[in-house]
Order: sequence, then C-alpha cells, then structure tokens
Amino acid sequence: MSWSNVWTVARIDLHRLFISKDYWIPMVILGGIFFVFIPWVLLGVVTRPQSLEIVQQIGDVLTSLPGTAADVVQGETAAARAAYSRAVFLLAPVAIVVPLTISSAVGAQAIVGERERGIGEFLAHSPLQIREIYAGKLLASAIPGYVATVVGFGIYALIVNFRAGPIVGGWFFPTAGWWLLILWVVPPFLLVALSIIVRLSARVQSTAAAQQAASLISLPIIMASYVASSGFVLNPTVAAMLVGSVAWVLAIWGVASGARAISRERLLSVGAEA
Amino acid sequence: MNREMTAGIHLDGVSRRFGVIRAVDDLTMSVPRGTVAVLLGPNGAGKTTTVRLITGSLRPDAGTIDVLGLNPMEDGDEIRRRCGVVPPKPALYDRLSGRDNLRYAARIWGASEDTIDEAAARFGIDHALHLEVAGYSTGMRTRLALARAVLHDPEILLLDEPTAGLDPESARAVLDLIRELAGSGRTVIMTTHLLHEAEGIADQVILMGAGRARAAGHPIELANRYMTSPVVIIDAENRDLLKDLDTHRGVLGAKWNGAMHVTLESIEVLPDMVAALVRDGVRITRIEPMAATLEHLYFEMQRQLRDVPPPDTPPPDAPPAEMTP
Repeated sequence: MSWSNVWTVARIDLHRLFISKDYWIPMVILGGIFFVFIPWVLLGVVTRPQSLEIVQQIGDVLTSLPGTAADVVQGETAAARAAYSRAVFLLAPVAIVVPLTISSAVGAQAIVGERERGIGEFLAHSPLQIREIYAGKLLASAIPGYVATVVGFGIYALIVNFRAGPIVGGWFFPTAGWWLLILWVVPPFLLVALSIIVRLSARVQSTAAAQQAASLISLPIIMASYVASSGFVLNPTVAAMLVGSVAWVLAIWGVASGARAISRERLLSVGAEA
Repeated sequence: MNREMTAGIHLDGVSRRFGVIRAVDDLTMSVPRGTVAVLLGPNGAGKTTTVRLITGSLRPDAGTIDVLGLNPMEDGDEIRRRCGVVPPKPALYDRLSGRDNLRYAARIWGASEDTIDEAAARFGIDHALHLEVAGYSTGMRTRLALARAVLHDPEILLLDEPTAGLDPESARAVLDLIRELAGSGRTVIMTTHLLHEAEGIADQVILMGAGRARAAGHPIELANRYMTSPVVIIDAENRDLLKDLDTHRGVLGAKWNGAMHVTLESIEVLPDMVAALVRDGVRITRIEPMAATLEHLYFEMQRQLRDVPPPDTPPPDAPPAEMTP
C-alpha cells in the first residue's frame, strides 16, 4: 500500500470539503455551539449571584462524592467546585459528539457518494488499490472532525480558563484527563465509528440511506462516550487510558477489516447498466 | 506466437451475470495492438460490462481475459496503469476546476503534472482549466475526461460511449480526436450504439447483442457478409409508374422512402430492369446504388438473428473478432 496514494485520495476529498461552504459553515456552527456557546452559558451561570442556591447544591453534591472523585474536583468554594466540575466533566462527551457528527457526514458519503457522482467508475478503473481508496476515504472523513475538535478544544480551554479560572484559583484547564481524551480517546472512537460508516457507505444504495445508517452507528458510540466520560470523575488518567486502549484495539480491528467490505464492483453501480 | 505481440486484448468465452441477467455471455473477441475496435450494440448489449471486465474492475464468472499478456484478475493494477478509460458518465468532480481534476488523475497514475497542459491543449480544453467543472458544457466535460484518460500516455484506451449527449459538432470533434489517438499507435476500444460513429474510425466492428459478439470484422467485410442483396435508389418524374417495380424479374422488393429503394437479386439484373422501365414510359431522374452503411448492416443482422437463433459458438468463417490489423 502506498501512503502517497492514500494521501492523494484523502487530499482531493479534503480539498472538495474545504471549498464547499455548505459543508464547513454548518461544521463551524456546530463546533461553535458545543465548544463556545454552551460552555460560555453554563460557566456563566456559576458566576451569577442569582445562581447562588443552585451552585451551593452542586457544590454539596460534589463534596459528598466518594473520596477519589471528591479529591479530583478542585476549588475551595462551592462555586469553584461547581465551575470546575462543569468545565472538566460535564462537557467531556462534547469532545466525542463534535468529531463524530462532523466526520460521519463525510464518511457516509465516502463510497456511495462517489458512486452517485460517477467517480466510483473512475476509481474502479484506476491503478489504486482498494485498500488505498479505503484508507484515503477514512482519512478524509476523520480529519475534518478531528481538526474541528482540536481547534474547538483550544478555544474551549481559553473560555474555561477565562470564565472559571478566576473562581477556581487560576488557569487549570486542560487537565490530564482532557489531554488524554483529545489525544488518546477521541481518535480511536472516531476510527471505530468511521470504519463502520465507510463500510456501510460501500454497501448502501444511496447517500440518504448512508446518512441514516451513520446516525444509527454514531448514536451508540456517543452514548458509550458518555458512559466512558463518567469514569473520568473517579480517576481521569486511568479511565482515559483504559477506555482509549480498548477503543484503539477496536479501531485497529475495524480499520483493518473495513477494507475487505469494499471492492471495485462496489465502486461501480454494478447491475444498473449492463 | 507471443499473444502480447498480436492481440492487445483477448477475451475467450467470457461470461458475467448479475443475478439472473447475463450481461456478458460467452463472449469471445480479440483486438490486436494498435487497432481501433468499436463495440456496437443497443443498450444492455454488454458493452460497458465488457470494458469493466477488461480493466479487471469486474471479475468474470467464466472464461479467460488477456490484456497485453496479463490477466486482469491477477495483474489488474498493472493493466489499469496502462489503460486510459473514459466512463459513460465523465466522472469528474464538479466543484473542482478542470486543472484540479487532471492533477488528481496525474497523481494517481504517477504522471508528471507537466502533462496536464499538454493533454488539455490536445483536446482544446486548456482555456477552461481554471474554471469549475460545474460550469462546463457536456462537450467540455467529455474533452476533459478524454484529456484525463491520456495524461499517462496509456497503451490502451477504453472509451465508453464518449460521444453520448454531445451535439453533432462536438461529437465529430471527439471522434476526430479519437482517430488521432488511434493514429498514434494506441489500441482503442470504443463503445457506442450510434452506428455512424463506427464508420470511418473502426478497424474492426464488433456487433454485440445480449452479451455476445454477434459478428465482427472490418465494416466493409461485415457489409459484404450481411448485405448480400444490392439496393438501388430510383426516382422518376412520373413516380406512380414505379409502384409496380417489385413485379419485375430479379427484384426482391421495393419500398418508397423519399425515392424507391429497390432490392435486387444481383446487380446484373439492373440493366434489364432499367430498360423495362424506359419501355414502360418511366422518365428516370435518378438511379444510384445505395452504399451499405452500418445501420443497414445492423438491422439486417438483427433480422437474420431473429430468423436464426444465435449459435453457441461463432461460425468458423466468421470468428467474432479476429482481424488483421
């Protein structure tokens, strides 16, 4: 397999996405909602005097958590603990939701979209190996979602530190758990989902069907990410390492086996025209 | 004899089904290197499937395929590297420029990007390379697809209905370009269901029907094989006197189609027929032999095939496709 060919396939798709405003404007809006708007509002609530009672209740709940979990939550006051917990735990699943939503939209079209455009025929007659086409499509699907997440993560870190930092007692974000989440957990989760979505994209008859199937795949993975992120409350580092390791095993298996679902015949609209 | 030297593309008893449909059924054909073969047939005849089998994009259910001495199932990547294909749909990225589309193909086939301008100029599309393909006319798209197919200087060109949807001027331009490509020594297979396109361009015409090569050979050879009865066109000042032409000796049939089209047993009966017409007071204004076109050939062949079921194997005197370059 030639990585140069893989990158050639991925690059043309990324180029098409980059010049397609109707793709990246919703992507920016989605990232903006999850990484900017929601954190801004949620963290703002903590600092408002009117929210004192709610903040006190959250602080009390956090104090009553088991030892390890309670130790993780930083802050001297109820408001500080509430702000910290919101910034670190509540929005952790967002790091999975955003890339999956963005990437699954691309991945769903990866093969069936090419077939509908007629490009599948061009690729089928090309000297590219099927594994190169598959890997290129996978890469082109994963990169937009992951890049959006990394950029969003950076902006989110600034917002958290600017809004909650003064209450908690200084800049505290990203935590070790978040670094692991972004660098170790998100990529395999994304690859697991995309390996299934691209595989389905080769099997379905239309882009609409592929989008439906992608939603079905994304949903349980998003739910799994919520479950996983709750583990970070108890012990962020160990939980992230463990979840990430399992996800990487699944991702490697999914990616390796995914290429077998694609064939040149699937790139063609075989049977439609004799 | 080394097959690679004699037959660029060779299919022997190749079949391919899609469910219950036999897209290609026991197809045998051979296209020598450096020649132009036109696969001619109606929709569903198996032309596109044949192209796909040649590049190894489809796997045959039965039979053997040899392309440049290679087996597409084992050496598909190598064959595809040496082929240029224009699919029935130009298969271009609409949102990208013509140059980006060509650059993509150049990278895939490992061709130098310097060839982009050269190929585009060859097909008269160089002035529009900076424009989005979405704004291209059908003719421009086809030209761009042709330019893309020759970027890597392929030994074999497979052109699947390259003139589909083109206006007559663009179609003629594309056919001229194909003729030029063939002249440069490439092996070309072109599919079409437009009969007149094959004339003047094909070294060999392979008439396909229901997935089989029904007949093959040089257009003139095929015409002689199937158009055994000469046809003459006759017109007169007093046309009503021509209506009984089919009662003349040696006349097999007569049909009015702008002028009287008369099918004769042989061309030898023509002088007697003309003399008889003159004796009957017919003032003849036009008399000319009708040149056999592929269109006539095609319908004549279809008529004969309806009368006689296709043989399981090609007749010994008419091997489906073998011809001398």
